[in-house]
Amino acid sequence: MLEIKNLHVKLEEEDKQILKGVDLTVEAGKVHAIMGPNGSGKSTLSYVLSGKDGYEVTDGAATLGGEDILEMEPEERAAAGLFLAFQYPVEIPGVGNMTFLRTAVNAQRKARGEEELSAADFLKVVREKAKTLKIDAEMLKRPVNVGFSGGEKKRNEILQMAMLEPKMCILDETDSGLDVDAMKLVAEGVNALRDEGRGFLVITHYQRLLDHIKPDVVHIMSNGRIIKTGGPELALEVEHNGYGDLLSEAV
Amino acid sequence: MVARAALAKAKADLTADRLDGLTSPDGAAWAQRARSEALARLTDMGLPHRRDEYWKYTDPSSLVAPVAPKAALFDNDEGPAFDGVDRIKIVFVDGVFDAESSSDLQAEGLEIERLSEATQRDIHWAKELFGVLEARNAQGAVPRPMSAMNTAFAEDGVCIRAFAKVEKPVNLIYLHKSEASDAILHHCVKVEAGAEVTLLETGPAAARFSKVMEVDVGDHGAFHHVRAQGRDHERRAYTAQYGRLGEGSTYKSFTLTANGVLTRNETIIELTGDDAVTHVAGAAVGDGKDFHHDDTVFITHDAVGCESRQVFKKVLRNGAVGVFQGKILVQPGAQKTDGYQISQSLLLDDDSQFLAKPELEIYADDVACSHGSTSGAISEEALFYLKSRGVPHHEATNLLTLAFLAEALDEIENQTYAVDLHERLANWLNRRN
Ligand SMILES: Nc1ncnc2c1ncn2[C@@H]1O[C@H](COP(=O)(O)OP(=O)(O)OP(=O)(O)O)[C@@H](O)[C@H]1O
Ligand SMILES: [Mg+2]
Repeated sequence: MLEIKNLHVKLEEEDKQILKGVDLTVEAGKVHAIMGPNGSGKSTLSYVLSGKDGYEVTDGAATLGGEDILEMEPEERAAAGLFLAFQYPVEIPGVGNMTFLRTAVNAQRKARGEEELSAADFLKVVREKAKTLKIDAEMLKRPVNVGFSGGEKKRNEILQMAMLEPKMCILDETDSGLDVDAMKLVAEGVNALRDEGRGFLVITHYQRLLDHIKPDVVHIMSNGRIIKTGGPELALEVEHNGYGDLLSEAV
Repeated sequence: MVARAALAKAKADLTADRLDGLTSPDGAAWAQRARSEALARLTDMGLPHRRDEYWKYTDPSSLVAPVAPKAALFDNDEGPAFDGVDRIKIVFVDGVFDAESSSDLQAEGLEIERLSEATQRDIHWAKELFGVLEARNAQGAVPRPMSAMNTAFAEDGVCIRAFAKVEKPVNLIYLHKSEASDAILHHCVKVEAGAEVTLLETGPAAARFSKVMEVDVGDHGAFHHVRAQGRDHERRAYTAQYGRLGEGSTYKSFTLTANGVLTRNETIIELTGDDAVTHVAGAAVGDGKDFHHDDTVFITHDAVGCESRQVFKKVLRNGAVGVFQGKILVQPGAQKTDGYQISQSLLLDDDSQFLAKPELEIYADDVACSHGSTSGAISEEALFYLKSRGVPHHEATNLLTLAFLAEALDEIENQTYAVDLHERLANWLNRRN
């Protein structure tokens, strides 16, 4: 599904290398987790994959379903099935959440040559999905993320994911700022989307989330590289011992 | 001193050139007095010059030139604004009343008469208004020669008196059918105590248009004003609305401006009765370096517990220029004043320009006033967020642009008008992808 090969990325404005050769393959139907110390490049990886400005790929490649995504515009990547749940969801005053969701859903359908969803159909689907995430009607009417609590913003990300039904979902610290119940809701939302054709890349600092979303593979990222890959037990090891041993092993 | 004398001379010449060949219309004694006084004010002040304080950002020369620059006719494929609304239509073609296309001027709760007729009568309520608010010039330091000229020479316009809560809006429809038209209209609106009326104004009016409207709102009365200035690219307009508000009364005005080489919209409102409320808002969109839009607003608080709110938003692209000059003056004794002013521009490129001069002048101590002025580009972060959800670049840009304008559009209370104008703005943006 998602194949990242030897990805090197530097900042456009500065001579600062952030990703220094990332290799990672997420197969369809699998959940991969990435853990790693602050500043190791996890968010950068997710931004570069989704096409944010300000980064320069100096080497390597990334493909989604065999297609080179690095040359695509962000909206084309989205239409190709890539989704990023932001670590810091953006507030957009003046744009209603509903309008936003509908514009996004229909833009993607259009890009794929599918028929646009009617207002009534859209409303029905959105209400249903919002309900399972405990997002009330009032929140749907408000401007995108404006005045939302940290947890509400994260649930709103998952709602967008549920509406867009992407093939490859990247979740950047979706668990941070969530209380225990909200974490469960979010995990359920993710688990409901798990299926054969869909891949997940879950960035997190805590085992807690991985209790609910069981990963198939766990990677440890440090200083712009994946330094270790293993099964779910790797996350437990980090939880108990921190990164110290892993980092010294890697050197 | 030399410079000042030279300026005075330049203005005197300018004024003489412009007035040459213009004749004041005939009318009853009171009207003639108002006109001759206006003319005296005008010759005293002289027509505006680029070096006048409040014309620094807007060059008035084409507004005061003896001959109006031509403006090509524009084929508006969008249909007129507020078309589906049940309203009283009063149509002016290049500033000339068109009885044929206008509604019957009889309406429940309203008295409507053309200015040209009202000014023939020896006794008419408009006597208390015509040229009166304009001359009061509440913030004395700011001369308004363009308005005085309008009072002196306007041959027509409408006088509307509302003496009940009137549901059906009055729509002044200004058509532009001649490339060289130079139109002057003057309206007087009197909202009696407890009465309420909505005035809609639509259309480009003329190649060059001068319009003054004087509105007196009685105690607990309400005046609603929604205007859509036409999309004609080459039109020019000077408009001024003067408002005087009685106790507990309301004056709400919204203007949408799209295109036009030069628009100067002045708003001068005096809150003279306690607890009066005024909201003045505008959304202007311009494309190209020959677009110039100027909102100049003066609000005077001269009573206790009044609220004023100004919300002006502009979207500028390809070198368009936007100007905002806004002042809140709080007179001694105008305690518990609540004054708010915001003017913002969204610059869609580096060539466009926004010039702002926000002012507060406060002579009372128990006052809450705030003002803010910003200009900026579309948020890159918001743009990326939208695109990452699959929204194409132009659609995302338009969505964010409309979101920027939303705060101004939200000032329109009536949803029918709001939706109509919102759609026009969306169309304007979509035509530019
Ligand atoms: N636009 C930028 N400008 C300057 N430095 C940047 C920029 N983007 C990333 N960096 C730097 O690159 C490094 C990696 O940042 P990144 O946000 O990818 O880390 P992370 O692994 O997601 O960290 P965290 O766990 O704290 O979220 C950091 O040192 C960060 O300061
Ligand atoms: Mg991060």
